Amino acid sequence: MSFLSIRNLSVRLKKGPPLLRRVSLDVAAGEVRGLVGESGAGKSMIGKAVLGILPPSIEVTGGEILLDGVDLLRLPPALRRRRIGALCALIPQDPLTALNPSHRIGPQITDRLVDILGWTRADADRRARELLAEVQIPDPERVLRSYPHELSGGMRQRILIASAFAAEPKLIVADEPTTALDVTVQKQILKLIAGMQARHGTALLFVTHDLGVVSKVCQHLSVLYAGMVVEDTSVADFFAAPRHAYSAALLAATPKYTDPSAGLIPVPEAVIAAVQAEVAAFDRSLADG
Amino acid sequence: MHEARAIDGRSLVRRRAGLRLWLSAGWLGLLCVVALFAPWIAPKDPLAQDLFLGRLPPFWMAGAEPGYWLGTDSLGRDVLSRIIHGARVALAVALIAGTITCLVGATLGLLAGFLRGWVDMVISRLIDIWMAFPPVLFSILLIAVLGPGLMSIIIAIVVIDWTRFARVVRAEAMAQGAMDYVASARVAGRGRLGTMMREILPNVLPTIVVLLTLEMGIAVIVEAILSFVNLSISTDDPTWGGMISEGRTSVHQAWWVLVFPLVTLFLTVLAFSQLGEGLKDRFDPVLR
Repeated sequence: MSFLSIRNLSVRLKKGPPLLRRVSLDVAAGEVRGLVGESGAGKSMIGKAVLGILPPSIEVTGGEILLDGVDLLRLPPALRRRRIGALCALIPQDPLTALNPSHRIGPQITDRLVDILGWTRADADRRARELLAEVQIPDPERVLRSYPHELSGGMRQRILIASAFAAEPKLIVADEPTTALDVTVQKQILKLIAGMQARHGTALLFVTHDLGVVSKVCQHLSVLYAGMVVEDTSVADFFAAPRHAYSAALLAATPKYTDPSAGLIPVPEAVIAAVQAEVAAFDRSLADG
Repeated sequence: MHEARAIDGRSLVRRRAGLRLWLSAGWLGLLCVVALFAPWIAPKDPLAQDLFLGRLPPFWMAGAEPGYWLGTDSLGRDVLSRIIHGARVALAVALIAGTITCLVGATLGLLAGFLRGWVDMVISRLIDIWMAFPPVLFSILLIAVLGPGLMSIIIAIVVIDWTRFARVVRAEAMAQGAMDYVASARVAGRGRLGTMMREILPNVLPTIVVLLTLEMGIAVIVEAILSFVNLSISTDDPTWGGMISEGRTSVHQAWWVLVFPLVTLFLTVLAFSQLGEGLKDRFDPVLR
């Protein structure tokens, strides 16, 4: 029984085109699943749907999101909030906008533990110091008293990672956590997330467009195109032999550092046409029955 | 090296903001004291007329009478005393009308910008409709319906000007609402109200403070305009707008009746806006 199980999830713009087309995927406890696809393929949308933070202009039209066996979409909003808050956390994409500029770092980590989960102030403070040490932040005391703008982007991302693990969630959604960072910092942050995930045994839904990242961090992956899962496979199988033509093209399009002269290889037009036809056929089959 | 320069730059900004803040706060503080203790501070009775002492010039000009520092108007009333008493109305309107307008407008703006959906639609349409009314005519109409008096002026200002706050705060709240820290707070299980108060409000507060002080300045001007068209409080009580209106008719013979209340009004409105700018810098965590 997987910890997170998404069944036939469909999401669309209100009175608009579909954004997710019957997406199904599973994340077992302690497992890392990558979600890859082009911009607009709907990979972030899946994470947002799971965490209940879809923008108000978007609605869920069908399917189930089973979190530890309970369908989130069928829970009343207050219960859903509480369940998500107790079991899940988010590592956001842009560390520059993910910390509130008006509050010091300390309270941003601890207030949620105290206000929502009912920890004592002392426990929360101790936990925050522990976590900052775990994400290798020097001089945690000073950092806890700092405002976000006083810290670097990499530092802030470390803090967000620490904060995500604070309440020992069972599932973390990492929404392109390294995209906004320098290449040099990316590697460290990736290592940090992988290490923390392994130590804490947290399931991770890792949204990215970088297949290199997937190969380092994930065990399973779902390839999305236009809100449809075109391939759901283990990472080992995927890199050995992708089954879907689009996945193969995506893999081939990854820049090779070993051979820079190869240049960029776009996904061939024929492959895109084929996968678009597949999506259209899927939509027709839904309309028919 | 770099860091030293950055700190220098910051302290320079702070010093300049500090000077602005202290000058404007000083003027407004003085005005508050004067308004509170007007009967004791004013050298003369602001209503006492003396036709033998009409149109006396201010103290440095030939023909001035001792005790009438800024001269008298055509009815022989002391200009300085009338300005001092006029400060009561001006400040009462600025503080009360400004604060209520701010509370009403900022609350509606915050709700619209953060909750979106139908709440936003209702409030936004309301703002659109409201802003289509010409404000001066609207206020004259309101006073005509409510009858003149301090209360009516305050109500008129609140009713007309809440949109200033609502519009700006809505846009700010909307921008803040799209930030990742709001998403994180929601994921952690914070309710809508809690997220709004804890995550959004502190970031919108500097803007609200600036708007509030601007609004206080505007309230002073609105009161003056209404006095000018004789729609303010009863004509006996001295107001700056009323004085300007009366001084206008005799500006060629006695310019001081017009100029002194005008300068006071100008300085007060300027002080309010500068106070806002200075406070904003204080509130901003990045500049602090």
